[in-house]
Amino acid sequence: MGEIIKVGMADLKTCMSPDGLITLGLGSCIGIAIRDPITKVGGLAHIMLPDSKAIQNSGQNIAKFADTGIAELVRQMERKGALRSRMVAKIAGGATMFSFGGKSDLVQVGARNAEASIKKLKELNIPIIAQDTGANYGRTVIFYPENGNYVIRAVGKSESII
Amino acid sequence: MGDISLEKVSESYMDVLKELGNIGAGNAMTALSQMLGCKVDMRVPQIRLLEFKEVGAIMGGEEQIMVGVLLGVEGDITGSMMFLVEKHSAKHLISKLMMGMVPEGDEFSEMELSAMKEVGNIIAGAYLNSLSVITNLKIFPTPPELAVDMAGAILSVPAIEFGIMGDHLLLIQSQFFDEVEIDGYFILIPDLDSYERILGSLGMPVK
Repeated sequence: MGEIIKVGMADLKTCMSPDGLITLGLGSCIGIAIRDPITKVGGLAHIMLPDSKAIQNSGQNIAKFADTGIAELVRQMERKGALRSRMVAKIAGGATMFSFGGKSDLVQVGARNAEASIKKLKELNIPIIAQDTGANYGRTVIFYPENGNYVIRAVGKSESII
Repeated sequence: MGDISLEKVSESYMDVLKELGNIGAGNAMTALSQMLGCKVDMRVPQIRLLEFKEVGAIMGGEEQIMVGVLLGVEGDITGSMMFLVEKHSAKHLISKLMMGMVPEGDEFSEMELSAMKEVGNIIAGAYLNSLSVITNLKIFPTPPELAVDMAGAILSVPAIEFGIMGDHLLLIQSQFFDEVEIDGYFILIPDLDSYERILGSLGMPVK
């Protein structure tokens, strides 16, 4: 067994099989896992917000946004030898942790994060082969580039693999 | 939209924000003590400016199960505020409030959740009230919402709000205890414009 590398909030990491990647407690954020099945290079980004262009003074961290975060993840994977045309993605997260009658922007941010992630992956021609987004609970995700398994854990639920 | 970001806020502004948090947490603890009808001691609150990566680790790990109460803030400033306690601490608080009449077990009943919401409401109300008195601004909380989940997941909500303004999150950790120690956390998340308004009302215009 390889090492499991931790990815923080607004963070991204890449690895090669047999290593894996984990991010703990995804709420409204999205965990985007990308893999090249031939070289078995994998990457995981934990993004918080949909769009870097919608915000001024947003700081320096490009891993924070779906658009810039996914682009950077793909770049780093290519540097490790992954080929864009072979990449496939799985996404999880984007929950609504507090409902507030569904009114504010904050409530919708999980759904908007998912939307923005899907849009960016489409733009890069990376197909999404599995997805577990929405609902109202947090998720811990572990990604294994070896076989592409994306393991999802949630409080009070049994573990699932997508 | 305002021009302020937490990165650019100077030391002296940060001190003001810290002091507001300190006073708010003090008032919140007084309210809690009155509600529980017992003495609640409090340590000097720790105020931290955290990178998002570090956020989960501070509360005993991202997977630590926490109870989070989130309220909207309305009036002269807008934004939201969150109060968090670790699950067992929440159980203890609720049990005190309900004079020990709580069911056994790890899960929360409807009644316990409702009691916890009320605790959050009172604590946050006291916190915001003291902020309102100091700044002379009208500040009202909206009805609370509650979530029991992993710390990381609950914290993603305020973290995202802070993410709009910069790469850090401002957290006030107030440790309080009666016979057992309880770790409570406050996160006040004013919108960008509201930061300027709070600092301005204290005679510290941003520009």
